[in-house]
Amino acid sequence: MAAAEEASRPFAGLSDVSISEDIPVEGDISVPLGPSTRRDEEFSTLDEPVKETILRDLRAVGNKFIHVLYPKRSTALLRDWDLWGPLLLCVTLALLLQGGAADSDDQGGPQFAEVFVIIWFGSIIITLNSKLLGGTISFFQSLCVLGYCILPLTVAMAVCRIVLVGGSGTVSFAVRLVVVTASFGWSTFASTAFLADNQPPDRKALVVYPVFLFYFVIGWMILTFSPSQ
Amino acid sequence: MASPNDLQFQEFEEAAELLSADPGASTLSMSASNTSTPAAATVGGEDVKLDLSEDEEGREESSELLGGQKPSGGFWTFEYYQSFFNVDTVQVLDRVKGSVMPLPGRNFVKHHLRSNPDLYGPFWICVTLVFSVAISGNLSTFLSELGNPSYHYRPQFHRVTIAAVVIFVYAWLVPMGVWGFLTWRQGAERQIGGYSFLETVCVYGYSLSIYIPTSVLWIIPFEWLRWTLILVAMVISGSVLVLTFWPVVREDTKAMAVATVVTILVLHTLLAVGCKMYFFQTAVHVPTTFPTSHPVPITTATKAH
Repeated sequence: MAAAEEASRPFAGLSDVSISEDIPVEGDISVPLGPSTRRDEEFSTLDEPVKETILRDLRAVGNKFIHVLYPKRSTALLRDWDLWGPLLLCVTLALLLQGGAADSDDQGGPQFAEVFVIIWFGSIIITLNSKLLGGTISFFQSLCVLGYCILPLTVAMAVCRIVLVGGSGTVSFAVRLVVVTASFGWSTFASTAFLADNQPPDRKALVVYPVFLFYFVIGWMILTFSPSQ
Repeated sequence: MASPNDLQFQEFEEAAELLSADPGASTLSMSASNTSTPAAATVGGEDVKLDLSEDEEGREESSELLGGQKPSGGFWTFEYYQSFFNVDTVQVLDRVKGSVMPLPGRNFVKHHLRSNPDLYGPFWICVTLVFSVAISGNLSTFLSELGNPSYHYRPQFHRVTIAAVVIFVYAWLVPMGVWGFLTWRQGAERQIGGYSFLETVCVYGYSLSIYIPTSVLWIIPFEWLRWTLILVAMVISGSVLVLTFWPVVREDTKAMAVATVVTILVLHTLLAVGCKMYFFQTAVHVPTTFPTSHPVPITTATKAH
């Protein structure tokens, strides 16, 4: 008994603390009544005009293009991934690589299907590689990033074709080399800016190297494009 | 209480000494820290070691247990394949260095892989080699035709497909054959050692890494330089393979051992020389598409090497 009294003594000072009724308690615990169909109607996009549907997707794609052109370490590209942009870029690049020298025989540049295979299978293999090494990025987010970062190389391809209209001598080759190298560096830098955070720290180089190789091969395809004469 | 710590520390030193004397031995040691009572500490102070190197089946089991390499889950789960990519950047670089500079005493599998074979190295080295061979071949053809006004540059993209097929078949089917053959011989002759399929693929994959800088240097258009480079690369790469497989094969009959090693080297030589001859021809034979009235051939003499 004495021990119990001793034990209660440290808490003796609290006995005169009481919750005063004039301390206001904040908050509202009432539950809103009534159906919330109003909220559902706001998310339904079935009744909107088709133009608005298409424009919403185009705006999302354009927004991501801007993120690629000015890469800063943001999560916007990762959060709302979509594959429209990569498809658009892949088709544009494959079409621009057509019409090269001796397209019909097998000594020419890559065929349309080869470009597609390289870009999509390359992206899938790089994504699998980064996931197997312990990355935390999801499969489609990684495909989205790798696809969108082809934008600088597609722009370089368009520039190269314009330069080649002027002639295909040494000067044009030097200009093309500079443009392709700059865009290859830009692509690699942009994609690592988005992908780098999701990797374990001592394996970053193992994940970045395949990305480097991927854009290098695409850059090589662009640089070696020679027009038919 | 100082005595359990002393015993524990001494045990570790003894284990380290034994391990340095025989790096191939598998060890299993139990520390005294698991036991809480001082009475049990005297028992735990003894060195509990199991040396399983004589026991063939035991060695297999222990390497699975100790290497931490036993893949978790079935082959349909993602974690199974993730266990093959359990390497860091430093480890991959160390393995590439070990394959480029083989030293006579060092078995690649024992020294560098240390029962942690990975698939990252072989796969990406093969991919890099495919593209480096195709691109360098294209560049060397372009440079050799630089003065020729009738030559029109072609990217020759079909070479990538051919290079990919050849190199991937070599780097994955040949190890399968070698591993199958060695396992069969090992089973027939009751020998120790022998590598798992993954370790064989790993050795072959990393041994190809010397060809990447070699293929880039082959752009330089001097024939003597190319032959010197290919000889150096074959010696280095072949010695990695020989140093790895000789200890396994040497217990076999002399004829089989020599035949196995010679076959491995011959296949390796075929790959290197074949790549060089196909991708790095010094002059391209331009076929005449229209019959000309003059019988003088327009094609340049092909020096096929």
